[in-house]
Amino acid sequence: MKSSLVCLLALAAVSLQAAEDLSKPIEALRAVGKEGQGNEAAGKAWQEIVKADAATLPEVLKGMNGANPLAENWLRAAVGVIADEALKAKKLPVPALVTFLKDTHNSPGARVVAFDLIHRADEKLAEELTPTLLEDPSSDLRRHPVAKLIAAGDAALEKKDKDAAIVAYGKGLGGARDEDQIKVLAKKLRALDQKVDLPKHFGFLMSWKMIAPFSNADRAGFDTVYPPEKELKFDAGYEGKTKEAKWVDFTSADEYGKIDFNKPFGMEKSVVGYAATDFFSTEDRPAEIRIGCKNGWKVWLNGELLFARDEYHRGAKLDQYKLPCQLKKGKNTILVKCCQNEQTEQWTVEWEFQLRVCDATGTAILAAK
Amino acid sequence: MKTISMCLMMCLATGVVRADWLQFRGPNATAVSKEAKVPGDDLKISWSADLPGRGLSAPIVVGDRVFVTCSSGPGQETLHVFCFNAADGSKRWERAMRTTGRTMTHNKTCVAANTPCSDGDRVFALFSSNDLFAFDLDGNLLWLRGLTFDYPNASNSLGMSQSPVVMDGTLVVQSENDSESFVAGLDVATGRNKWKLERPKAANWTSATLRKNAVALQSSKGILAVEPATGKTVWDYSDGASTIPSSVGAGETLYAVSHGITALAPEKGAVTQLWRNEKLNPGTASPLVLGDSIYVVNGAGVLIKASVKNGDEAWKLRMKGPFSGSPVAAGKRIYIVNERGIFQVIDPEVPEGKVLKEIELKETVLTTPAISGGAVYVRSDAKLWKLQ
Repeated sequence: MKSSLVCLLALAAVSLQAAEDLSKPIEALRAVGKEGQGNEAAGKAWQEIVKADAATLPEVLKGMNGANPLAENWLRAAVGVIADEALKAKKLPVPALVTFLKDTHNSPGARVVAFDLIHRADEKLAEELTPTLLEDPSSDLRRHPVAKLIAAGDAALEKKDKDAAIVAYGKGLGGARDEDQIKVLAKKLRALDQKVDLPKHFGFLMSWKMIAPFSNADRAGFDTVYPPEKELKFDAGYEGKTKEAKWVDFTSADEYGKIDFNKPFGMEKSVVGYAATDFFSTEDRPAEIRIGCKNGWKVWLNGELLFARDEYHRGAKLDQYKLPCQLKKGKNTILVKCCQNEQTEQWTVEWEFQLRVCDATGTAILAAK
Repeated sequence: MKTISMCLMMCLATGVVRADWLQFRGPNATAVSKEAKVPGDDLKISWSADLPGRGLSAPIVVGDRVFVTCSSGPGQETLHVFCFNAADGSKRWERAMRTTGRTMTHNKTCVAANTPCSDGDRVFALFSSNDLFAFDLDGNLLWLRGLTFDYPNASNSLGMSQSPVVMDGTLVVQSENDSESFVAGLDVATGRNKWKLERPKAANWTSATLRKNAVALQSSKGILAVEPATGKTVWDYSDGASTIPSSVGAGETLYAVSHGITALAPEKGAVTQLWRNEKLNPGTASPLVLGDSIYVVNGAGVLIKASVKNGDEAWKLRMKGPFSGSPVAAGKRIYIVNERGIFQVIDPEVPEGKVLKEIELKETVLTTPAISGGAVYVRSDAKLWKLQ
């Protein structure tokens, strides 16, 4: 008994020592910044960390909490090296990794790494953990249970059990945050006569006030401050490129929330349009405004410019740009500037955007009204 | 005397052992192997290794190690760097990281589109997301950068593919796009900027060519040659150039993909045009120079041979296309893989040229082979092959 206690204490001491030893090098990795800042120190620190025992893996993973994406990659690479050795020696601390995974206070990126390691060490255990990840803060981790529910629904349909399939698909859609899985589930549910409200699921903002056409000759309109950037007076009219620019109401009928300037204003070229809407939040909270757009664009939230992008017709997709922001309780005004260029090819006709408000997981934040 | 002999012997020995293909299109980005040992005609698959993700990046070879990059995951957010043993294809190490920049690309390309490069001691892996990693040959992470993290509008929604080059202790990285377009010279030891220049605001998928003491950067505006250590202009050709196939140098001449092919003699700040042939019009593949001929693969998959002296066409050979990857050469043979995975060995010396051998890899191949140690390395989205 006494010797066991001594061993335990020794082990604890070693463990503590390891943790203490790694705090400084982990901090060096977390200190990296833009333009290579901190790379020299990080390179040395990384060498120290990768020599650590596998028991330190949760500690190294914890270093990813709150770290910037560059620091996350330093730590991710270090975890990979330690884990490769541990897997070879069958010394991966699986229970500690499960504990780490289950603690959703840990960063989503670190928990994805933990789950992947668990999967590599014990596939069966990873399978058992998968259903618990359906409402996870990590959209990556959600993919696993959603895939299982799609498979379960398909299996139910094979057995002609339509009700069970609807339940599985419906549950899957509730958890799904990635477009590819949502598309699959929406199609399957609709094939079973179920209604799917994609704009609501994604949180697209469908109703806007829009104004155009201001000039974008020589693409100079992108940086030209037109009246809507100074004031939002929806009964005002302004001198436009070819005609008076006036505000109109527009509600999208597209289930992917496309706000198409060509519809109210015609297929204009070398023009600038604006769209404005109010989003009512139930609370002060962090959020993401996500936009997909193949035109030049700028987005303001409550008068603050979130981002500007002057690329034209290279492609658009859902969540193409993720703009972290802070919503205030009550009314939040979102203003989008959407610039069409001079190109005349068939594939340059689009003058549109799609925009949604969600959290960092991609879960829609629905407006209070 | 004895020491010198020893050194010479070691150098000779090193020359034999270190069969390097250090970047996109190999030595000085010429696409031509300088090794005495050549792959020849009768190639067979020596080994293949499975890859977990997509990649248009070409393999590179440093000594007895083959490096290749991939991107995987539903949004291609996972970035892989692999090191394989050239002898048997066994994996030495793998590192997996996560993108910090944008991952959107055209469906045909992917995030692992830029070919890595090496200075012989380090491997520099750049991805379309503008994530850049430096490893030593044993897989130790030396430094990393997130160039879109640094410069938030540096991205192209169609994807980027400009491969970095390394020269005189400087890694030259291009991120040329419609918005925040730049080229930077980075310290190979730290990844910190030595210099950074604005580049034309236009999407660009070409890669740099290494010239005597200069790196030649191609864009829609032309070709700018800069000192690698400082970024200072050495010479500037401003008559426009392609944004997909890259130019090639041989001897003192640069064969620019500009209005077809334009042969340029850059000297002391000035650029003299030697000849221009607008009918030598590369498709996606970049040209190469072998002996006294330049070879161009046009958009129809036709290989055109022309004289390097005046650009006069010698013959045309229709190959099995289409091609996204570029031809490479060793000895008296040209090697190229079409998009359907048909690897072709070409004898360019016989009249009209001749396809000597075809190997069906049975997978889509959109990339350029590498040549080293008498073998050719080719990759797809799922495999890396050694042909010997």
